[in-house]
Amino acid sequence: MGKPEHFPSETIKPVISKAELVRRVSAVLPAESLLYDEEELKPYECDGLSAYRKLPLAVALPETEDQIRAVLKICHEGRVPVVFRGAGTGLSGGALPYEHGLLLGLSKLKRILEIDPVARMARVQPGVRNAAISEAAAQYGLYYAPDPSSQIACSIGGNVAENSGGVHCLKYGLTVNNIMKVRFVTIDGELLEIGGDGLDAPGYDLLALITGSEGLLGVVTEITVKLLPSPVKAQVVLAAFDDVGKAGQAVADIIAARIIPAGLEMMDKKATGAVEQFIGAGYPLDAEAILLCESDGSEEEVESEIARITEVLKAAGATQIRVSQNEAERLKLWAGRKSAFPAVGRILPDYFCLDGTIPRKQLANVLKRIGEMQDTFNLQCANVFHAGDGNLHPLVMFDANDDDQLHRAEQYGAAILELCVEVGGTITGEHGVGIEKINQMCVQFRTPELNTFHSIKHAFDEHGLLNPGKAVPTLQRCAEFGAMHVHRGEEKFPDLPRF
Amino acid sequence: MSDPLQQFQEKIRSAAANKAPLRIRGSGSKDFYGVKLEGDVLDTRGYSGIVDYEPTELVFTARAGTPLREVEAALAEKGQMLPFEPPHFGPDATFGGCIASGFSGPRRAYHGAVRDFVLGVRSLNAAGEDLQFGGQVMKNVAGYDVSRLLTGSFGTLGLILEVSVKVLPIPDDERTLRLEMNETAAIETMNRCAGQPLPLSATCFTDNSLYIRLSGAASAVSAARKQLGGETIDGKTFWQSVREQTHPFFSNPGTLWRLSMKSTAAPLTLGPTLIEWNGSLRWISGEGDLENRQAVASKAGGYATLFRAQTRPKAIQYLSPAMMALQKKIKQALDPEGLFGPHRLHAEF
Repeated sequence: MGKPEHFPSETIKPVISKAELVRRVSAVLPAESLLYDEEELKPYECDGLSAYRKLPLAVALPETEDQIRAVLKICHEGRVPVVFRGAGTGLSGGALPYEHGLLLGLSKLKRILEIDPVARMARVQPGVRNAAISEAAAQYGLYYAPDPSSQIACSIGGNVAENSGGVHCLKYGLTVNNIMKVRFVTIDGELLEIGGDGLDAPGYDLLALITGSEGLLGVVTEITVKLLPSPVKAQVVLAAFDDVGKAGQAVADIIAARIIPAGLEMMDKKATGAVEQFIGAGYPLDAEAILLCESDGSEEEVESEIARITEVLKAAGATQIRVSQNEAERLKLWAGRKSAFPAVGRILPDYFCLDGTIPRKQLANVLKRIGEMQDTFNLQCANVFHAGDGNLHPLVMFDANDDDQLHRAEQYGAAILELCVEVGGTITGEHGVGIEKINQMCVQFRTPELNTFHSIKHAFDEHGLLNPGKAVPTLQRCAEFGAMHVHRGEEKFPDLPRF
Repeated sequence: MSDPLQQFQEKIRSAAANKAPLRIRGSGSKDFYGVKLEGDVLDTRGYSGIVDYEPTELVFTARAGTPLREVEAALAEKGQMLPFEPPHFGPDATFGGCIASGFSGPRRAYHGAVRDFVLGVRSLNAAGEDLQFGGQVMKNVAGYDVSRLLTGSFGTLGLILEVSVKVLPIPDDERTLRLEMNETAAIETMNRCAGQPLPLSATCFTDNSLYIRLSGAASAVSAARKQLGGETIDGKTFWQSVREQTHPFFSNPGTLWRLSMKSTAAPLTLGPTLIEWNGSLRWISGEGDLENRQAVASKAGGYATLFRAQTRPKAIQYLSPAMMALQKKIKQALDPEGLFGPHRLHAEF
């Protein structure tokens, strides 16, 4: 159970009773789509951030857009807060229920409605799994590019809400760069089409505004995504370094050589050590850092790019270089990176996964300071890093059964996020703010920016009914929690790859 | 004399006090666009210069008044470019104007639009407050994406002061092919090519010719050339003329319509046509009315814009009533008194 200060400080109470809410919603949903007994609500008490749990008044699982609109209208009229939930794999507590509110799950809307292979787009419902889109498009030689690590389970609607990234986003972009159109329902049940079948839409860019808005502005009921031609070939290079700074410089050298790799990942010695014990990916154990650098494209592109990458890595002082010779070897090298989180979880029972992004040039400095803080807080930290785009995932290890360790781990995490902001970065690159980093928002933004966010929120949801207390802190909250509090990021799905 | 930033703040505050609207403007290269030009000019050109540029970070930051040509020259010197290939539409176009207009050029369908590369924006709001959204890092999901909201807003939501964008390396090799064919065949070919792993970086159909630009590793460009056939031409001049609308197609007298739609839409038969972006951007020249053009575009999942006209139009785009209402609310949220560029984009606000 999380500390009370991490729950929303705002209190929004419905003007109708739970019984009245159930009565009204029952009238617009099939009986099996509305849950309100405590036992039935239990599975919805948290998302991927399981340290924080709450039971909502009820859970609605509509099957159609019309039902969603009808439910939202009821909530709007009864001033009932609403939290949306996709697959519930989010790591920042964005789908944590609100105790005086309704949880609206999109999991029953899971149809792929249309794939247009010639126009290279797919029209899908929000509950469709991310990976299912690429699976369905594969027969046409196409795929959906953003690949968050939880892609076998996470839903595309959740991806839109969080603006999810993935290993390939340096080259192919985030969710916001890969969707074309959504059907969007506001709290009053109004339906809007945002975006279009072309490459842009008239007026202010609302598609960008709602992408990553963490369920605070409305809900998407249908998404049209862009599909790309599948690369003919992919190869990965593994390079080992005897110094973290050299590995960081090698990343800069690759970019300076005018190469944009499909993936560019770094792991430090603690992370590779954990991985080797866990699955044996074949990483060198004596290296201070390793890089995985992937090239994809046509045969010709990959051949010439891999040659250039290898040359740059050699010149940057790599102590060992290995190029995958076949698909099995490529997948094995990636498997190590993809199992870094569970591997670290085997060293100590608990860890926080932080999600800061920093300017890449700060890497050596930041890793050094994170390393030094291990002594300060008397805890270990392994680092995995989407090196290409500067997104750092330090994994602070601790045992939550020991209150003092938990407390020190919270402080350690807070210090790392503060450091990310200090060097010109951000508190969250891809996991979202949710409830987890709500206090750190007060560090990243000042009052005028927060006021702008609140004005935007008000334009969509004047009564503040959607996902109250998440993503954007009130000014009062920032005043109350001036100091930073970071807390454990316990995972609900230890088997899902997180990277 | 105070620094330019203070001057902007003073100007905004006094305009707010006097309820006298402001028109944010760089060189005026995009003045042709929009419904009305209202308000005292706030000239951004005094606030100029590159703030930060480290090529290995792929991040470039400059002040709004910086001439776009200087931005592109600084990038080219390091072998990099603005991936969205923005049109200048005038010799003194500014970086701020480029972001505020949101106009993207031939490369857009393959790399992305201005909004896809904007990482952070520093701006002044209608109270003259200095705001920073986004930043200089590639991935940032903290807070609503106000940077992208300001992109393409034509100075109607706030004054863009500084912008950070992601930049990309200039491709090693670039070749342009010309293939003779009719419009139907061209649309079909563009879409077929876009579905294959080819190093495309621009397509254009005009005068019964399909132009295809290939960019990337020399070996990949050469393999694609063999696969596609056609005649190799001087691409630089051609794409420059499409990007800047100096190609003879754009000298047709009368109104220029921009129709954005599904790339596979059949030929529109609305008059002289130039097609870009795999078929998803159709330029039509000639008289017509917005309602009719919108109906055509809307059938193909898109929308119409009255891009250039001899006289100021009453409207340049059509929005559904529900969308107009929401857009108006966004405007009110960021600029409650309607200080910035009233009626530039819509007669309604």
